[in-house]
Amino acid sequence: MESFSLLLQGLSTALEPMILLYALVGVTLGTAVGVLPGIGPALTVALLLPVTYGLDPAGSLIMFAGIYYGGMYGGSTTSILLNTPGESASIVTAIEGNRMARAGRGGPALATAAIGSFVAGLIATLLLAFLAPQVVKLALMLGPREYFALMVLAFVTVSATFGDSTLRGLTSLFIGLALACVGIDGLTGAARLTYGVPQLMDGIETTTLAVALFAIGEALAVAATLQPPDGMHKVKGSVRMTGEDWRRSWKAWLRGTFIGFPIGSMPAGGADVASFLSYAAERKLTKHPEEFGNGAIEGVAGPEAANNAAAAGTLVPLLTLGLPTTATAAIMLAGFQQFGLQPGPLLFVMNAELVWGLIASLLIANVMLVVLNLPLIGLWIKLLSIPRPWLYGGILLFATLGTIGVNPSPVELGMLILFGVMGYGMRLYGYPVAPVVVGLILGPMAEQQLRRALAIAQGDWGTLISTPVSAVLLGISAVFLLVPMLMRLRGRGSVLSQVAGDAD
Amino acid sequence: MSQGFPPERRPRWAAFVIAAGLAGLAAMLLLDAAGLKQDGGYAGVGPADVPRIVAYGLLGLAVMTGIAGLRGDLPRPPRQAPAPVMWILGGLGLQLALLHVVGFVISGALLFGMTARGFGQRPLWKAVAVGFVLALVIYGVFDRVLKLNLPGGPLELLIFRG
Repeated sequence: MESFSLLLQGLSTALEPMILLYALVGVTLGTAVGVLPGIGPALTVALLLPVTYGLDPAGSLIMFAGIYYGGMYGGSTTSILLNTPGESASIVTAIEGNRMARAGRGGPALATAAIGSFVAGLIATLLLAFLAPQVVKLALMLGPREYFALMVLAFVTVSATFGDSTLRGLTSLFIGLALACVGIDGLTGAARLTYGVPQLMDGIETTTLAVALFAIGEALAVAATLQPPDGMHKVKGSVRMTGEDWRRSWKAWLRGTFIGFPIGSMPAGGADVASFLSYAAERKLTKHPEEFGNGAIEGVAGPEAANNAAAAGTLVPLLTLGLPTTATAAIMLAGFQQFGLQPGPLLFVMNAELVWGLIASLLIANVMLVVLNLPLIGLWIKLLSIPRPWLYGGILLFATLGTIGVNPSPVELGMLILFGVMGYGMRLYGYPVAPVVVGLILGPMAEQQLRRALAIAQGDWGTLISTPVSAVLLGISAVFLLVPMLMRLRGRGSVLSQVAGDAD
Repeated sequence: MSQGFPPERRPRWAAFVIAAGLAGLAAMLLLDAAGLKQDGGYAGVGPADVPRIVAYGLLGLAVMTGIAGLRGDLPRPPRQAPAPVMWILGGLGLQLALLHVVGFVISGALLFGMTARGFGQRPLWKAVAVGFVLALVIYGVFDRVLKLNLPGGPLELLIFRG
């Protein structure tokens, strides 16, 4: 019950007026960007990071978490009404949700998505609160070699397990790892790949890379595509769900939650994987198989619950181990580092108030979100009518604002343009973007753990598999790398490419 | 984007360009690693070793990308319109060049206007005008209120008195 009292203390932090305001700003922005096509939660957090340099750390981090949760809510609105998912975890929602909207049942679809997200967010955040201290206890027993093995596992699942090509996923990851080598080596102080440019000494900024890949790369790709976007389906009638809708939804919400949370909390892919698996489960278990593909409400309720539960789940490895498993989590990690905080077991000891305030704020943010998303849904739909030229002009202005605000040098802006063009090219040829960001931020951490482990073992590489934990973790990594390759070779790869996503 | 296109068994030149780029990146890492003082300490692994491992990984991936290219195994992008890309890159380039000369507001207005033009907004002057107002508001909020240090030019000096 130790978690319970800590959570109560956290609630008292979270109920301070300023903190409430940060949470409200976070969820509002998060919903807005979730709704807008073309900006996901990863990009929003990256855009806002530089802006929060001068603000309160606890408040800023709570705002970022609010954006993450809000983005998950808002994404469903776009997929249901437009059939262009606002973020990758909502792709599955679009399958049934858009059918429902076409059949004039857009209102109940939005309602089951929002209430399902609320139920899942609530349960998953409580699970996070009770699970995190246990994981922290385990984490304190891990040494450098176990951490290194965990990071290898995260590298593999982020880059190679899902998506339509192991080769392209790994290529993205290695580009990230190569970029991670730039700058001063943390252990010896040697300057690597800096070519005498002072701006490169600190390494490549995570925010610059993320903003370039997500904002500029995306804008170029959208601008250059010739096809016109889909039309929008108006919400006809009430958003109220019938008794039948409730009966069919609640089990799907719970199943989605318990599928999503474990997937999010293991380094095994993000919310998109969870929502896809939940959709598959609902399709198997439904009593109305004829409705699937034509607007079955379970197909909206389950995946929406799953992607919110997974978003909460990804906070478990992020907070307790300092291990990001999605692009958004990677950028949030950069946010912690910006304030001189290193997520991991020590954070729960040194900054207990901040951590528990953050977790408690998520509960409050969840309540705010259901209020923002159900009665105010009409307001968010209006956002969809912003003309694309203004929208993308604004995105680019904000994208450069962040970079200029941190470091107004031509070098930094030049890198932004260079990586933006790279992101455009990657999108053209089907290279995933998220592994580059995860590689950049996790690369130096993995290198440090590797070198520490080797120093302890006096240079013996066998040390990496000398404990059961690290050997098993590296074994699982190998399985996650090889099994998908075999599946693709045998022509079963389409399942994996459907699960792939980028911007969550 | 690749669904609906039957996989083609023709060599893909784009794949060779990508493979060459990866090999080039690997060469940069190896050249730089060769110039580093190796100071492995107890680990026997110094600052040059991890870049080397990454470089070997990149070389392997370059070879595999080349082989995939021979087999025609690379998604074929849908047709691209070059003009919008040029507008946006032009806007970004102008901002880079002019930022310290004319300040954040004017260079930002140009970026906004040219991006909007790239997305089909006409006429250009109207898009730039909208961008000007937006950039002015952003400068006011972020530089003045949130204390973010944005470069000012003569215009910012005039309106906000430095």
